[in-house]
Amino acid sequence: MPEPGIDQAHLVFAGVVKQYRLQTGTVHALRDVSFTVGHGEIFGIIGRSGAGKSTLLRTINALEKTDAGSVLINGIDVGSLDEDALVKLRRRIGMIFQHFNLLSSKTVRDNVGLPLRVAGVAPHRIRERVDSLLDLVGLRDKADVYPAKLSGGQKQRVGIARALVHEPGILLCDEATSALDPESTQSILALLRDISRKMGLTVVLITHDMAVIREICDRVLVLDQGQVVEKGEVWRVFGDPQAAPTLALLRPLLHGLPADLAAQLVDDLQGKPGYALLSLRFNGVTHAQGVNLQFLALLGPQATLIHGGIDRIRGHGQGNLLVSLPLAAWQNVKDQGVFSHRHGADFIEVLGYVPTRVE
Amino acid sequence: MSLPALNKYVEAFIETLLMVGSSAVIAISVGLSLAIILTVTAKSNLYPKPRLHRALSVTVNVFRAVPFIIMLVALLPVTRLLVGTTLGTWAAVVPLSVNLIPFYARIAQVSLNEVDPNLIEAARAMGCRRWHIVRHVLLPEAWPGIVGGMTVSIIAMINASAMAGAVGAGGLGDLAIRYGYERYETQVMFEVIVILIALVSIIQVVGEKLSQRLDHRHA
Repeated sequence: MPEPGIDQAHLVFAGVVKQYRLQTGTVHALRDVSFTVGHGEIFGIIGRSGAGKSTLLRTINALEKTDAGSVLINGIDVGSLDEDALVKLRRRIGMIFQHFNLLSSKTVRDNVGLPLRVAGVAPHRIRERVDSLLDLVGLRDKADVYPAKLSGGQKQRVGIARALVHEPGILLCDEATSALDPESTQSILALLRDISRKMGLTVVLITHDMAVIREICDRVLVLDQGQVVEKGEVWRVFGDPQAAPTLALLRPLLHGLPADLAAQLVDDLQGKPGYALLSLRFNGVTHAQGVNLQFLALLGPQATLIHGGIDRIRGHGQGNLLVSLPLAAWQNVKDQGVFSHRHGADFIEVLGYVPTRVE
Repeated sequence: MSLPALNKYVEAFIETLLMVGSSAVIAISVGLSLAIILTVTAKSNLYPKPRLHRALSVTVNVFRAVPFIIMLVALLPVTRLLVGTTLGTWAAVVPLSVNLIPFYARIAQVSLNEVDPNLIEAARAMGCRRWHIVRHVLLPEAWPGIVGGMTVSIIAMINASAMAGAVGAGGLGDLAIRYGYERYETQVMFEVIVILIALVSIIQVVGEKLSQRLDHRHA
């Protein structure tokens, strides 16, 4: 899914600037941020803490006002709306939060129904709508309990039900899975993917976890110190990250050189016996279907796969494999000249050599 | 204990209940309104009005600083204006209320200020208007603390009502002072104190139970 043009986009950010004036000076939270989000897209914004993601997300429903530039939703400038129009707009935009932000004084049913209640919807219609949403998130049996009695994952399900109660066109997710355990994270992400598809919802989510982006996003924007440093389709950004902040965020997911091997690595074996260490990278462009084993077989029977993996992201297989090979065998492969990026991997790099340990 | 003697306790008890009850209704409703105004007019809150906020805050502090016995005398003209007399149970309601309004306002304000600002943000995001937030978020979330504060305030008021005897208000405290202190009938004083202890204990227990029942913040 490429970046939609301004005419077709659901959301358009044009030169958005936000500054905070503190006693210690001016903080530039957002500097000239421009991008678009298409209808029905799941769009991820990632960055380290303090990168400005939270501020950026809040400009969409005008919880944060911009200092320059504009945010357009279906062509309407959010900044031009008065209080009444904003209230109406916010009812068309659901939002969920890292810490759920449910009211402790209200039952699950009343929490989910509150947005309708303040909008003056008749009680019997609120009840119908709330029940159908609790069915959707699988919490019908918890309708009359208070949030304190629920687990984190269940609380976020209530949050999602509440966010969807007005049948919005946009859902904003503010670190929605950051406070959850891995299992709940997976189930909440699956739910988000499911409902976004079913309802044709445009989802904008912020996270500091690249795994979340990989799991559900179509496109991603990397924010660093208030600036867009990288944006594009998730598989492209994962397969071939360009900016340093992107690499830093991706590092936990990339199969880099393990520390024990890094410690033994030398540039030259100086005649001693040892292994060559190769890094094979697949960026998902030329070999999207995956890694052909015939290609790996070119390395010969002594080649050993020691670390790495291939992830399939939106139909593009990509990843990194670390292979070790006795020096003599590697020389042989090099002499034959058949093992090249034309045949398999997008990047082939000799990281160095590891001497054979003398027992 | 003869019946007329018992009568004097019953009479004093009813006077105390009337005095404290009606002052509490006034002080709590005015105090809570004041607390809401103090909270929402604060800087970066729902209706930021820093000047009004500061003026109210200073006024509250001034009233809290004046000792009750002085306020009792100082308020005599106001009492006469409002009640028509400066003597009796109803006359005591004016200084008792005025004394308790700022006290209760501060207690309620603490509870209102403790409401998680993230909840207010969530309410704005879901399309609540500002008064919706006061009605559906601030008040319900602070309610256990607001009710807990009522218990504290009503007990403080029972205490202060003894001094209202100085304006001939009657009540249990007044009974204890007149018999126990001025006529050296220590037994009457002790009996009154026992009744007061019972009254305070009941209010405390009921208040705590009520506050717990309203509190859904814990599993």
